[in-house]
Amino acid sequence: MGKTTFVGAVSEINPLRTEAVMTSASAGIDDLTHTGDKTTTTVAMDFGRITLDQDLILYLFGTPGQDRFWFMWDDLVRGAIGAIVLVDTRRLADCFPAVDYFENSGLPFVIALNGFDGQQPYQPDEVREALQIGPDTPIITTDARHRADAKSALITLVEHALMARLR
Amino acid sequence: MATPPGGPSSGNWSYGPAQGHGDGANPYGFPSTPSHRQPYAPQGPGPSPYDQPQAPRIQPVQPQRRAPEPAPAGAANNPLVRPYAMTGGRTRPRYQLAIEALVHTTAQPHQMQGQLPEHQRICQLCREIKSVAEISALLTIPLGVARILVADLAEAGLVAIHQPGGDESAGGQPDVTLLERVLSGLRKL
Repeated sequence: MGKTTFVGAVSEINPLRTEAVMTSASAGIDDLTHTGDKTTTTVAMDFGRITLDQDLILYLFGTPGQDRFWFMWDDLVRGAIGAIVLVDTRRLADCFPAVDYFENSGLPFVIALNGFDGQQPYQPDEVREALQIGPDTPIITTDARHRADAKSALITLVEHALMARLR
Repeated sequence: MATPPGGPSSGNWSYGPAQGHGDGANPYGFPSTPSHRQPYAPQGPGPSPYDQPQAPRIQPVQPQRRAPEPAPAGAANNPLVRPYAMTGGRTRPRYQLAIEALVHTTAQPHQMQGQLPEHQRICQLCREIKSVAEISALLTIPLGVARILVADLAEAGLVAIHQPGGDESAGGQPDVTLLERVLSGLRKL
């Protein structure tokens, strides 16, 4: 929830959309067998960019959180710094697949609680308990609409990734 | 992956423009004798990739693949996957390009004559450095197709590719120096 808002808040360009075509060759991931011979599904992914230095560009990719989109995450985690799992606290269970995925992949991730309309009904500690997240994974609150919040979430992630590499 | 694997189940093979020309015993349009066509020349207005045989000449990612395969039964009944017509039916790039790999045009304008329109559009776009993702988004071509087209251009020497660095010993993860630079850059925003 709020992925494109988050990306747009901190990106130097308006978020762009790229599409990946998934065919029945991905049937193991998304069961399309009942739909006939060959079916294509298009999955959209929004992204933005931040030029950090003359020769350093950071790209932010926002992908859907459902586990049937894992095939795209596999593509993205290679070479990635880390992931921000943007959580709508009204629908906490929606982030289970993403948390599972990143725990298994070893990619550093942080959990950012994106309060609806800026409201934060739960404290990070409550969410940590509910999601059974270990103490090493940062959980922060954020308002994806605000640049300062998005920037701060990115900094938390990169700090976390750096700590993980140095450990 | 966004790019579906090729192979017998892939109807995409049917749609290469080279299909169906030449002798009937050669449904893939491979030249059966040393061809009058030049191999894909790195410079000059060479033959269009549409005219090329469909099998990649090199396959650094999976060198063992792409032996000619028997025609998939009933392939003609499969619905057309049009974006891949641009790629001559190929569904995998020659190089495994990262989605964030940066592309920069090195070709001179005269070298673009005779290139595919899609290749020309990419080269125009990448006069300023762009990622594969941006090429896909700005030219409205699916990611998998953009990867293949960019790999074509790289092989032809018309673009330079800057693949993201990574620590090979850590599975391609960014190294500590890079992370520190990113962190410092973010803090300065």
